[in-house]
Amino acid sequence: MSGGLDSRNKSDFDQTLDLKNIKPYGDTMNDGKTQLSFTLPVPCNDEAIEAAKQLMKKMGFENPQVVYYKELTKGFTFFNCYGSCTHTVDHTAINVPKVESTVWDMKETDDFIKEQIGRKIVVIGASTGTDAHTVGIDAIMNMKGYAGHYGLERYEMFEALNMGSQVLNEDFIAKAIELKADALLVSQTVTQKDVHIKNLIELVEMLEAEGLRDKVILVCGGPRVSHELAKELGYDAGFSMNSYADDVGSYIAQELQRRQNK
Amino acid sequence: MKRTSKLGLDFNKVDKAKKLAGNIADEVQKFVENYTTVSVERTLCRLVGIDGVDKNDVPLPNVVVNMIHDKGATGQGILYYLGNAILETNLSPQEIAEKVSAGTLDLTKLSTYTLEEIQNAIMPLVKESVAKIKANVAKRNDYINNIGEGEKPYLYVIVATGNIYEDVVQAEAAARQGADIIAVIRTTGQSLLDFVPYGATTEGFGGTVATQENFRIMRKALDEVGEEVGKYIRLCNYCSGLCMPEIAAMGAIERLDVMLNDALYGILFRDINMQRTMIDQYFSRIINSFAGVIINTGEDNYLTTADAFEQAHTVLASDFINEQLAVLAGMPEEQMGLGHAFEMDPELENGFLYELSQAQMLREIFPKATPKYMPPTKFMTGNIFRGQIQNALFNEISIWTGQGIQLLGMITEAVHTPFMSDRYLAIENAQYVFKNMKNIGDEVEFKQDGIIQQRAKQVLDDAYQLLSEIEKEGLFDAIEKGIFADIKRPKNGGKGLAGVVAKTENYFNPFINLMKGEQN
Repeated sequence: MSGGLDSRNKSDFDQTLDLKNIKPYGDTMNDGKTQLSFTLPVPCNDEAIEAAKQLMKKMGFENPQVVYYKELTKGFTFFNCYGSCTHTVDHTAINVPKVESTVWDMKETDDFIKEQIGRKIVVIGASTGTDAHTVGIDAIMNMKGYAGHYGLERYEMFEALNMGSQVLNEDFIAKAIELKADALLVSQTVTQKDVHIKNLIELVEMLEAEGLRDKVILVCGGPRVSHELAKELGYDAGFSMNSYADDVGSYIAQELQRRQNK
Repeated sequence: MKRTSKLGLDFNKVDKAKKLAGNIADEVQKFVENYTTVSVERTLCRLVGIDGVDKNDVPLPNVVVNMIHDKGATGQGILYYLGNAILETNLSPQEIAEKVSAGTLDLTKLSTYTLEEIQNAIMPLVKESVAKIKANVAKRNDYINNIGEGEKPYLYVIVATGNIYEDVVQAEAAARQGADIIAVIRTTGQSLLDFVPYGATTEGFGGTVATQENFRIMRKALDEVGEEVGKYIRLCNYCSGLCMPEIAAMGAIERLDVMLNDALYGILFRDINMQRTMIDQYFSRIINSFAGVIINTGEDNYLTTADAFEQAHTVLASDFINEQLAVLAGMPEEQMGLGHAFEMDPELENGFLYELSQAQMLREIFPKATPKYMPPTKFMTGNIFRGQIQNALFNEISIWTGQGIQLLGMITEAVHTPFMSDRYLAIENAQYVFKNMKNIGDEVEFKQDGIIQQRAKQVLDDAYQLLSEIEKEGLFDAIEKGIFADIKRPKNGGKGLAGVVAKTENYFNPFINLMKGEQN
C-alpha cells in the first residue's frame, strides 16, 4: 500500500528487544511507530502542516508524517499523524504502587469473610460533592454490577449501601457513623479543574477531625484515580478503570482481616 | 386514521396504555393545581420584568419572593402583592423589587386594594410579557422560513468548556461542521441551587451556569453563525432542577429552542422533592409550550443505572407518562422530545436488533413527537476506535427509524468533555451514515414474528403492565417504591419541599390561561 511513507530502512536500527530501552512497536521491534492526533489553532495550509511536523520533531518523533488534516473551523486545523519515537524507557526500573491483595470472585470472597471475619462487612459508597455521576459507584456496588461482575450488594457477606450521587462529605460521614461502616467507597468522575482532588482531600480531613480515619478502610475510585494518587491523598487504596467489585471486595475483606490480626 | 406498524404493534394496546398514562397524569395534575412554589412565584417576577441581583448577589426575584415566603404569604401569590404595590406606589415591578431589596418597602404592609383592581394593575405587564415571548416565536419562525433549518434527525452536540466565550468558539465550529442544535452544558450542581445566578460565566465546573446573560451571548453567536451557514441553529439548555420554571421563562425571553425538562429526572437523579418539581414542571411546560421550545425528557438516564435490555419497558412507560403530562400543559406533540437511548451492552448478542426494534417502536407509538435519541455512554470505555463504531451503529438506527434529535456520541465519552475535533469526528460519522443509509427505513421490512417484532411486543406488554400498576398506586407512591431506574424517593423527602405552598383564595396566575389559550 503506502510503503513509501516509511523512509527508514529496517537495517538502520537494532531490532532486538532491550527492556532497558523500550519504545513503541508498530510492526518491527524498535521501529518506534506512534500514532497521534491533535488540533493546532491556525488556518489550514502548508504552513500548518509544516508546523505540525516541526511540533512532532520537538516531541521526539523522527520522520513525522501528517496523513490527514482538516480545517475544523476557521483558524483551527486537525491532524492525524505518525512518527517514530526516539525516546526510550527503562522498563526494568519501573515501580508502580499497587493494591496488595489477591483478586477473588464473589464466592471466594464471601467464604473468606465467613471464615476469617465471621460477620458481614458494612460498606457504604457514594459519588461525593457536586459529582452527579453514579456510573462508577454503581458498577462496584449495585446488585447487577458491571460487565458480568456482580456488585457488592449481591455478596452475601457485604452489607452494602450505595448513597448515590452528589452526597455531601458530612452526610457521608454521618451515615458511616450511623451504620458503623467498616469501609467507605468514594467515586469521583468529574475531574475538571481538579475538583475531585479537593473533594477527596476534604473527606480525609473531615474523617481525621472526627477521629475516624483509622477506624475505616477508605477507598476511592474513578477513571482518573490511581492507587498511587489515592495513597498520596491519604486513602488506603485507589481503583481505576477496569476495576470491578471483585477487586474492591476482595481487597476490603483481606485488608480488614489484616487489621484484625494486627 | 389507519395506523400501520412495521413491528406488528397492537395499537389497541397502545391506546389503552395512553389512557392509563392519562389517568396517572390527571392524578398528578389534581394535586399540582392546588399548589404553587417559590420558584413558580420567582418565575412570575421574572416574567413581569424583575431582574438583577442585590449587593450580596441574591437575585431580586428571590429577594421579593423571600419577603412574602418568610411571612407565610406565598399562597396568595406574588402577583397579588406586586399588583397591590404598583397601585400604592405607581412604580414598576423592577423599581418595587429594588425598594424591597433596599429595605424601604414591605409588600405585606401596604393598604390593600380589591382583587379586581390588583388584577387590572398587573394585566398590562402580563400581556406585554406574553407579547414579547410571542414575538420571539415569530422571530424563530422567520429565521426558519427565510434561512432554513437542518433535516431531522437534528444533529445535537454539547459544548462544555465552563467558559461561555470559549463555548461560543466551540459552538460556531460545530455549527460550521453541520450541527443543528448546540447544548450548553450546565455547571455541575446547578440543579440544586434554589436561585438562578446572574451574569456571564467564565469559570464553571463541567459547564457554564444557566444564566440569562449566558443565554443571550450564545443566542447572538448562533444567530450569526446560522446566517453564515444558511440554517437556523437551535440552542439548548437545562430547564430542570429547583429553578425549572424560572429557566423556562429565561429561555422564552432569550429565544432558546430546546430545553431538558423532566421532573422525573430531577426526582430520581438529583433527589429533588417530587411534589415541588411536579408543580414546577407544570408551569415550566406551559411556558415551553407557548415559547415553541422542544422539551427533552430524561428517560435515557434510567439506563445509566438500570440495565438497558431488562428495563426497556420503564423507559417506554415513562415516555407515555411524560407525553400525558405535557399534553396537560398544552404542549403540541411536535415539541415533545421524548427520551430513549442506545445503551445495551455491546457484548449482547443481537443487541443491534433489539435497539432497532425499540427505536422503531418509539417512533410508531409517538409518531408526531420529536424523540431525543441518546448515544452509548455506559459502555464507552476509552477505546475510542470501538467507540466510533458504537456511535456508527447508533447513527444507523436513528436514520433507519427516523428519530427527531440525535444527540451525537463522542469517542471520548468517559474520558473528557469533548474536544473540538471529537465533535467534528462525531458529526462526520453521523453525516456519512445518514446519507449512505438515508432510505433504508423505506426499503426494509421486518420478518413477521421475528426477533425485532417480538422484542417490540414484549416491551410494549411490559410497559402496559407497569402502567397498570402505577395507575393503581399513583405516580408518587410508585416512585417511592423505586419503580424507575431502581431508585426509591420518598414523597416528603428530597430537596425543595419547603418551597411548596397551597394556593389561597385570591391566588392568581394569569399566564397559565393566556399561554395555554393562545396556544390553540
